[in-house]
Amino acid sequence: MDPARPEDESGRSPGGRPHRRSHTTSADVARYAGLFAQRTSVMRSSAMRDLMEITSRPEVISLAGGLPDTSTFPPDSFAAQMTRIAQESSAKALQYGPTEGFAETREVIEEVMRAEDMRPDPGDIVVTTGGQQALDLICKTLLDPGDVVVAEGPTYPGAVPVFCSYEADTRQVEMDDDGMRIDLLEELLADLDREGRRPKFIYSVPTFQNPGGVTLAMERRRRLVEIAREREILIVEDNPYGLLRYAGETLPTLYSLDGGDYVLYVGTLSKILSPGIRIGWVCAPPPVRAKLVLGKAATDLCTSTLSQYFVREYFEEGGWLDYVDELRDVYRSRRGAMLRALASYFPRQASWSQPEGGLFVWATLPDYIDTTDLLAKALRENVAFVPGAAAFADGRGSGSMRLNFSAQTEEEIVEGIRRIGAVVGEQVGLYETMTGSFEVVRPEDEDNPSASSASRPGADGDPPTGEVLPFQRRPLRD
Amino acid sequence: MRVAVLKGGRSLERAVSLQSGARVEEAVTALGHDVVAIDADERLVSRLKEEDPDVAFIALHGPGGEDGTVQSLLELLGIPYTGPGIGASVLCMDKVQAKHRMRAVGIPTPDWVAFGATAFRELGAADAFEEIEAGFGLPLVVKPAGQGSALGVRFAGDAGAVPAAIVGALSYDDRVLIERYVAGRELAVSILAGEPLPIVEAIPEQADLFNYEARYEIGRTRYVCPAVLDDAEADAVTAVALRTWEALGCAGFARVDVMLGGEGVGPQVLEVNSVPGLTDTSLLPIAAEAAGISFESFVERALELALGE
Repeated sequence: MDPARPEDESGRSPGGRPHRRSHTTSADVARYAGLFAQRTSVMRSSAMRDLMEITSRPEVISLAGGLPDTSTFPPDSFAAQMTRIAQESSAKALQYGPTEGFAETREVIEEVMRAEDMRPDPGDIVVTTGGQQALDLICKTLLDPGDVVVAEGPTYPGAVPVFCSYEADTRQVEMDDDGMRIDLLEELLADLDREGRRPKFIYSVPTFQNPGGVTLAMERRRRLVEIAREREILIVEDNPYGLLRYAGETLPTLYSLDGGDYVLYVGTLSKILSPGIRIGWVCAPPPVRAKLVLGKAATDLCTSTLSQYFVREYFEEGGWLDYVDELRDVYRSRRGAMLRALASYFPRQASWSQPEGGLFVWATLPDYIDTTDLLAKALRENVAFVPGAAAFADGRGSGSMRLNFSAQTEEEIVEGIRRIGAVVGEQVGLYETMTGSFEVVRPEDEDNPSASSASRPGADGDPPTGEVLPFQRRPLRD
Repeated sequence: MRVAVLKGGRSLERAVSLQSGARVEEAVTALGHDVVAIDADERLVSRLKEEDPDVAFIALHGPGGEDGTVQSLLELLGIPYTGPGIGASVLCMDKVQAKHRMRAVGIPTPDWVAFGATAFRELGAADAFEEIEAGFGLPLVVKPAGQGSALGVRFAGDAGAVPAAIVGALSYDDRVLIERYVAGRELAVSILAGEPLPIVEAIPEQADLFNYEARYEIGRTRYVCPAVLDDAEADAVTAVALRTWEALGCAGFARVDVMLGGEGVGPQVLEVNSVPGLTDTSLLPIAAEAAGISFESFVERALELALGE
């Protein structure tokens, strides 16, 4: 040891790092492994998580996250609200609060829900530490190991580990442009009936779905709510983005169609105010709500009192809908930039959703491309996305990717999509070269000849790899 | 003594490297040395000049840290470092070159063919798939030529799956290696200062093939050390591992991955990792421990070897 930098009496090593005893011999590892609960065996880390580690580097344009742009929130207003809290309510704001949340917070939540034409009883609301905790508490309350949960395929990637950690048997129902295929849902429910099983709940993000970017159509909403009533199955409606609509007509939430009997509604302030304050909620019928509150008491006693005071102050000012308007304007332009960039830079073999709101586009590539591998290649070009497999509990989704448009500037979005398009084009070209399976040009490309030259990857000099036709093995279809 | 622990970096194995590095840091501190942890980024050289360490422990995995680049920079700066030198690092990182070297000196390694990405476009290499399949049989193992971990490794069960596997592998490197599949037991021989440590056998818990997910995770793969082998088998495996260490010019420590095939196949060397994983679930630390060498002693010995002691 360097005598000039002795270890001090607190047991800290030089440089102030705590001196940690190593617990990492293989015997230790085996000992801990023997202590782990069975359910941890399905709580996985993965190659994907390792790759995601690199996406946070500053040189990477990350279209991977789901972050709202908090830089749009005025710091002055934040400072004024926090100062007021410190001056007027210091002791209370620093104290524990009720497990179900302050009445004032629940009134704010009622106001937010009213903005989407819902009329909840504030007594049904439990304030949670983000919408994520609401999902966790719902699973904790409703699921025994092996219970069936039905979700959309793809589903919210953050829900997958929750279902896994409660050992749910997650069944995913395919979606199309109108959201979850209710016909397939009914087939699945009939199949489960035959097995003598019934799902505990159907988890859905019906509006601007994460990651699919699609919205459940009106007829399907009605039918879904009917199914829940007929079969007495709960629906968990997760609606973080409902107020972030950039195009099209507003549709009623499942909660308002159902009136709150079979729909547990999960909301959050993360996307319309701040994810850092960790304020979400669940609105549930009283018997379910009572269990949720007990579960929450066991988890964290109460959601941050300080955050709740901030929410109260912020909503008292009365300008929260103006801020949502502002966010909508910013995200609407970014969404437009992403959709235009996709049309310019993605090869014709790709398809993608046209979200009317929310934060995500879901793009699907030919099935011979594995987007986890593609991410590795994209990272070499300093751009990142979420591989589609993250949105499935059953290994599907490897041909798709989730692209976020809320967290980056329009310039970054365009550049990011250009880079991803280039690596996809390279892989498509390589595969087609190997198999001779060149696809015919789509009619819209013929109608719009400029699209095939000016806006294709590599138009600035490099040969566009996706279109090199060195040899053919079998004739093109006509 | 002032020890720089180089970790992280830009490679796809960053997450694993951070774990390896953190563990090495703990050991270096426990040994009573002054530890300087350096995340290998664009400031690596200036940090090294600034910190002026007596020795560097390289805990970087994958391209950059394991391919001779960082080793070259350290030699330029006159800083001794752990593990193999530049030449051996270059050979170990490049599975194709390593296999050529092995084959040249008669070390058994599965048959292979390797292509650059351009071969398919410019030379119509795909037209040789029939011959590859006829020559090697199925399944085929498809891997990137220069990625240290199991990232991008695919098994193509039929000819139709080969192109997609190649597209996957070429996501990680510009060259792809297509190899004959050897059915058998997956063994690893870690070598410290030219001395073999007990053989580790990796047994996947699930029937699926050894994959990246399983490699770093508690509970997904069972490791048996020492591997249950008869004396002749163990001797044969150890002997090819030592010959490989020798042939590639390794120094310090390294890990040789060997498939032990059945009758008439015997041990086949797959690759050498010149900076093997040093995490909680990595094979070299398990082997060292089985030989009665604690992780701290291993780190101490690696540092001594770097300093020529």
